Amino acid sequence: MNFFARFAQNRGALVGLIILTMIILMAISAPLLFPESPWRMVQRPFLPPLELDGFPMGTDTMGRNVAAGLMHGAWVSLLIGLVSTFVALVIGVPLGAIAGYYGGLLDDALMRFTEFFQIIPNFALAIVLVAIMQPSVTSIVLAIALVSWPPVARLVRAEFMSLRHREYVEAARLVGQSNRTIILRQILPNAMSPIIVMASLMVATAILLESSLSFLGLGDPNVMSWGYMIGAARTVIRQAWWLSFFPGLAILLTVLALNLVGEGLDDALNPKLSRERS
Amino acid sequence: MNHTTDTPLLSLQGLTIALPKGADRAYAVENLSYDVQRGEILCVVGESGSGKSMAANAVMGLLPKGVRPVDGKAIFADQDLLSITEKQHRELRGLRIGMIFQEPMTALNPLMRVGAQISEVFEAHGQLNGAERSIKALELLTEVGLPEPEKAIRAYPFQLSGGQRQRVMIAMALALEPELLIADEPTTALDVTTQAQILDLIIDLQKRHGMAVMFITHDFGVVAEIATRVCVMRQGKIVELGEARDVLANPQHEYTRALIEAIPSDVVPEARGAETDTPLLDVKNLNKVFRSKGGLFKPAREVRALNDVSFSLVKGETIGIVGESGSGKSTLGRCIVRLETPDSGLMSLSGTDFMTLHGESLRRERKRVQMIFQDPYASLNPRTRVGMAIAQGPIANGIPKQKALAQADDLLELVGLANTADRFPHEFSGGQRQRIGIARALALEPELIVADEAVSALDVSIQAQILELLEDLKQKFSLSLLFITHDLRVAAQICDHIIVMQHGRIVEQGPARDIFLAPQQAYTRQLLDAIPGRPEATEIAS
Amino acid sequence: MLYARLIIMRLLKAVIVLFLIVIFNFFLIQMAPGDPAAVMAGEAGATDPEFLRQLREQFGLDQPLYVQLWRYISGIATLDFGYSYRQQMPVFDLIMDRMPATLLLTGTAFVMSLGLGILAGSMAAARAKKLSGSVIMALALVFYATPLFWVALMSVVLFSVQLDWLPAYGFASVGTGYTGFALALDIGKHLILPATTLALFFMAIYTRMTRTSMLEASQQDYVKTARSKGLASGVIQRRHILRNALLPIITLAGLQAGQMVGGAILTETVFAWPGIGRLMFEALMQRDYNLLLGIFFFSAALVILFNIITDLVYGLVDPRIKEAS
Repeated sequence: MNFFARFAQNRGALVGLIILTMIILMAISAPLLFPESPWRMVQRPFLPPLELDGFPMGTDTMGRNVAAGLMHGAWVSLLIGLVSTFVALVIGVPLGAIAGYYGGLLDDALMRFTEFFQIIPNFALAIVLVAIMQPSVTSIVLAIALVSWPPVARLVRAEFMSLRHREYVEAARLVGQSNRTIILRQILPNAMSPIIVMASLMVATAILLESSLSFLGLGDPNVMSWGYMIGAARTVIRQAWWLSFFPGLAILLTVLALNLVGEGLDDALNPKLSRERS
Repeated sequence: MNHTTDTPLLSLQGLTIALPKGADRAYAVENLSYDVQRGEILCVVGESGSGKSMAANAVMGLLPKGVRPVDGKAIFADQDLLSITEKQHRELRGLRIGMIFQEPMTALNPLMRVGAQISEVFEAHGQLNGAERSIKALELLTEVGLPEPEKAIRAYPFQLSGGQRQRVMIAMALALEPELLIADEPTTALDVTTQAQILDLIIDLQKRHGMAVMFITHDFGVVAEIATRVCVMRQGKIVELGEARDVLANPQHEYTRALIEAIPSDVVPEARGAETDTPLLDVKNLNKVFRSKGGLFKPAREVRALNDVSFSLVKGETIGIVGESGSGKSTLGRCIVRLETPDSGLMSLSGTDFMTLHGESLRRERKRVQMIFQDPYASLNPRTRVGMAIAQGPIANGIPKQKALAQADDLLELVGLANTADRFPHEFSGGQRQRIGIARALALEPELIVADEAVSALDVSIQAQILELLEDLKQKFSLSLLFITHDLRVAAQICDHIIVMQHGRIVEQGPARDIFLAPQQAYTRQLLDAIPGRPEATEIAS
Repeated sequence: MLYARLIIMRLLKAVIVLFLIVIFNFFLIQMAPGDPAAVMAGEAGATDPEFLRQLREQFGLDQPLYVQLWRYISGIATLDFGYSYRQQMPVFDLIMDRMPATLLLTGTAFVMSLGLGILAGSMAAARAKKLSGSVIMALALVFYATPLFWVALMSVVLFSVQLDWLPAYGFASVGTGYTGFALALDIGKHLILPATTLALFFMAIYTRMTRTSMLEASQQDYVKTARSKGLASGVIQRRHILRNALLPIITLAGLQAGQMVGGAILTETVFAWPGIGRLMFEALMQRDYNLLLGIFFFSAALVILFNIITDLVYGLVDPRIKEAS
């Protein structure tokens, strides 16, 4: 069975892929459908959903269009999710690979370092980092990456540790391949599947983290994001539930879709080999 | 043995078991019929994939998910085991049919004390009370010959060795004195000497309790040792069924004959001498200690893997290094190819000091000693085409890619796999992969090849072919070979010289024929005696 | 003894980690934009140069960096985490004031999520091929993807505003003068929504983990052995599969405890629960960095405490550790 057939066997993964595609389309079409800044006041405040044409989700406390905010927010969420995951991989993969391949004291040192970052509560660290660096897309991406790389490093290390004693890797050492070639050509390609699966799940976690930061008022003040919309509407939740409801639903769907896709990738990339023997 | 009762204890009639979709064949076993008589040992023999365990699992109601019987009957005690309810089946398991498995290391629950796991059998069938169960468990442990049973009953599985765990398994299976004991490769994972003890134990208990044993194995040596009758299977079908003595002495089917011939059990090596006397490898006083770092819970531990090991190998010679697991034989091989670095000693290869090399200079010299690995499934990178896998060595040593790939083609042809260079490893069988591994080792034209258990993971018939190929290549290229194995029978076939190792030391070394016919050391004799199905050779020796 | 040695080692490790966090905090203050004195004062006196000069002297900000670091560390060693100029109280006192509420909230949520998660996960594993199993897993997947703060807000809308079943804000009702059991009941009522919303996400994690771990354990050879003894499947599930499956979950629970302290920041903010999470939000709003870093330190300390506890529990459960000597 090929990759896509195995992926498609997982129905949830297909649903996830469809939702994700729709959200990506939303993000891409936001500037076309709502060319105006989502920060602009366009109607009276507290307009309930479906009351006026062009405002299917109503307006917020300042008379801004919720639908416009939602579509522009999609872009920010996906961007921050992807970029911070990428940065986390750039930190975690080499660290884990070196620790796992060379072992010994180097491994000990790198793992103590990783453990330190892992024991600090993620979210609290992200808050402190963003607060100190001042909220911006860059500081948010950096903070999320800094709290997300330890699991990557641990996963990659574990993969490398189990693969470095595989006989084909030892054979490569015996024929005189250099460490670099062995790491890049023999081990890394065989460790890719779990890394890819983990990355797809990390994008989901990063989006959750970003929305939580924005909710607390630590979002980039120049970009509209779902977390900010919910945070800004928190105090008026009794009067205007829809202000929090729609952006929250958007986060939920995005994160759910990414998790579903991640599980589908897991099924497709790591087919469970039958362990039964006769 | 004469069977006085006419009704068999267990009778399989036309048993057919379907495999799930996508398996390599439709049926695990097809139209299988055989009986197990009271008080006999029936050996079901076959290579991997023959479906030899399937019938046993169906009888126990322990078939893997997706595998189900579609036709036939399994009559035991007047009921068809294939059509009774799960509850009825459960009442038979443990009580009237007991079972032991291949992997003693994983077959016991790691979180429960041994005594509790035995008592559970009584609990499952509502027998005895708590205190009585413990007393009975102690009796059972004593009966299966566990040292210090009072201590063992309170032990957790991790505190016991593989052989001891298998004894615990047997104690559990025997707890309720079942009429039928199913033993699924119970000695395969054990060392030869332990294997011999467990076989003796099973024979002894079978006689004392008068139960029937269905013994599943791949090893005709074991068959010769214990079987009353034998059933040979291949690809889900019975090839031959009969009295063990008849089948062994006079196999009717060609496949059975091939299997029996493939066992090198009574081969006594010919006297051979090395063709030259140019020393190639010289090892003096090699030592290697493994230190496990003490964790929080375990003290640091030292294992002397190599203790003053000295020997030398002349050009064109094959030396076999034989020992049980933990003897240090693999460590010796890995030190010689420099996957491990010895702590002290001397090791020279055609005069150059091969022990102190390191870093870049070691990388350059590595091509002079190559290795053939044990596991044909792990020794090839699943994402590299086999031609490239062979060519990588020469490329790393500066040969242009095109030339290296062309050489790889030739080598594949040499090992009998012409025109397969652009395939991936998963397209080959285990034996074929081992041929590729050999081609890879040859690609660098090494002075010495170390073969670490190179045929141990293969079925006997394939084993014989690979040994033949090695013999062939030896003649052609006058290879020097260090052949590491736990199997004296295999060593007898291919080695000129044999070194016997135990606990990191060399116990005995000498020409293969001498070692076999006139072993000087008690341990060597013990190893030789432990080989299943080898009474003839010992007779010659004594 | 072995166990004592374990505890000592763990505590030693904890001290090292906390020490590193202190150093980390110090450099964060240095990294913050603007005048460190202003940062420490929470920008309170930014307009008053005389006040800033005093601060600089008090903290030795005119001294070389290593002297400052030494002062900072020795301050913290004597539990002096500085002064919150915004709240007009020492940081340490502020945090200790709020700690009990956070311990109550996270402790309740931890027990709730672990207990229910293991229960739901083992049910899902036992019914892996059935509809009920799929429903449990679908729910777990949804809760796993739901932002904590959003569930919190929505449950306020539903259970407080619409249904008026439970109080939406605070730790206890104001001005009732409840004591003893009545007070406990009142606090309990206030605790339900925050604890449940905080627990949901973690329950989802434990459910998924328990199911995977149990399905894996059920493939093991010892389960086949247990079946060959004729044991009933319920006994096999509980005694053989679940017990072995729980080991990795204990380890995971220790790691997740840290995330729970993070989650408490969001829940406490929504429900105005007077714990250190809410305090952190206030510090954020007021850019009170001294307080922020103090809370950060204590949240890490909490995580380490949770980790030590789970390590000790693990040692009690796994005979390979328990019996080794």
